Amino acid sequence: MQTEQLTTLITSWVPSQQPGVSKQYPEFILPADQVHFVAQSLKAHPETKMDYLFCLTANDRKDGFHVVYHLTSTVYHHVVVLKVILPDKENPSVPTVSDIWRSAEYFEREVYDLFGIRFENHPDLRRLFLEDDWVGFPLRKDYKDSFTLER
Amino acid sequence: MDIELKEKEEYIINMGPQHPSTHGVLRFELCLLGEQVKYVIPHCGYIHRGIEKMCEHLTYPQLVHLTDRMDYLSAHINNEAVALCVEKSMNVEVSDRVKYIRTILSELTRIASHQLWWSAFGMDLGALTTFFYGLRDREKILDIFEESTGSRLTQSFITPGGLMGDVHPNFQKRVAEFIKYFRKKLPEYDQLLTGNVIFRERTKGIGIMSKEDAIDYGVTGPSGRGSGFHCDIRKIEPYSAYPFVEVNEVTLTEGDTYARYLVRIKEMWESLNILEQLVDNVPAGPIMLELKAIKAPKGEYYQRVETARGELGVYIVSDGGPSPARMKFRSPNFSNLFIINKLAAGHKIADLVAISGSLDLVIPDIDR
Repeated sequence: MQTEQLTTLITSWVPSQQPGVSKQYPEFILPADQVHFVAQSLKAHPETKMDYLFCLTANDRKDGFHVVYHLTSTVYHHVVVLKVILPDKENPSVPTVSDIWRSAEYFEREVYDLFGIRFENHPDLRRLFLEDDWVGFPLRKDYKDSFTLER
Repeated sequence: MDIELKEKEEYIINMGPQHPSTHGVLRFELCLLGEQVKYVIPHCGYIHRGIEKMCEHLTYPQLVHLTDRMDYLSAHINNEAVALCVEKSMNVEVSDRVKYIRTILSELTRIASHQLWWSAFGMDLGALTTFFYGLRDREKILDIFEESTGSRLTQSFITPGGLMGDVHPNFQKRVAEFIKYFRKKLPEYDQLLTGNVIFRERTKGIGIMSKEDAIDYGVTGPSGRGSGFHCDIRKIEPYSAYPFVEVNEVTLTEGDTYARYLVRIKEMWESLNILEQLVDNVPAGPIMLELKAIKAPKGEYYQRVETARGELGVYIVSDGGPSPARMKFRSPNFSNLFIINKLAAGHKIADLVAISGSLDLVIPDIDR
């Protein structure tokens, strides 16, 4: 599906969507409470069939945490990027999509481990790489610990 | 002392983090009923080095060196992924010579990786001989790498803008010799293991993965293609010299351990075909672009490549500085690991070893 058609489709679901910065793939910025609905619809819609989530990650920006979803279809091979901006850096939280794609379950655990973003309704939200008693979230820009190399 | 036997009770046992068949520091928490596995919980993080965080403090040519240490058996391909992503962001294109050499190195890496996997897989199942045969042939590829790049395992040869240096004058001759040599040796692999009755009994019908599960969990590479999931990035989003050559995607539909094994054996033949199309046609040209500074402009960039184990994604968020604001590696092994509970539940412990061997996990790539 072409970018224009995707834009029309997603705007019909979420009128408040914003176009993203990516020039490579069509990208849409969505409100946090809409992402689960849009993800589910993109997977179910016969013309998009986004059945494969190949990357889910986050980044720490000035305007908040960005949660980025890279989706593709194994039938049509078109890619779409969804983005959610979480301005609340103290207590960031977004609904899980692990009930739609199982791969998201582990991506979300990784994001929770390294960024501290909570995924609501996640079946097993624990730290993945670090120990359970680790203090802080290392990939946040303001993260400091006793052995950080200052630059 | 009387020992009370409790055969009907479940018990929990740890496999790893130091266990020969986990191929690295990975721990499986197994729940067993007798010898049968009820469930497997993988615990990772034993070799987490924070490569993504380190990348935020390094320039692009510097951070290429860290990517070797993720999936160390696909070092060239990891370097290539970063190089392609940075080049895409700067909107520059390398010369055809660089593209050809990159693809030849990548395909050699793929063969070397599959050879080591084949060696270790045989050993997992109790066939020691495969290790000697596999490493004998892998040595030839490492010698080619050593001659041209100066290193055998962590080469860091492919860099944003081109290559670290030109390849050795012998390079093409030796690759051509290797293709001839390995075409003779590859049938031995089939004679030793593929046709072996014990091996077939151990692998056929074990750990069946459906295509839907492969897509749902994001299992890519030969493991996913063994279930009929068409996920070869060389076909979907061709990069470097792949558009110039004929690439045949190997897929099987059975989805069991034996199918994943066969896909890798067939991929070695396929890689030889690709190498044959490239090795005599390497054009002349510059090996490094003349760039003032290697900086990704402000924006977000994503590059997908096919490593020996599946889809590697490099995601760069840049503010325009010399180092990225955020670097994410979508590593293939990370996504391939977590299906193991679904595959191994209900099988014996020895089958779990066969299944985890057939997924071809490299642990530093999971943890990064």
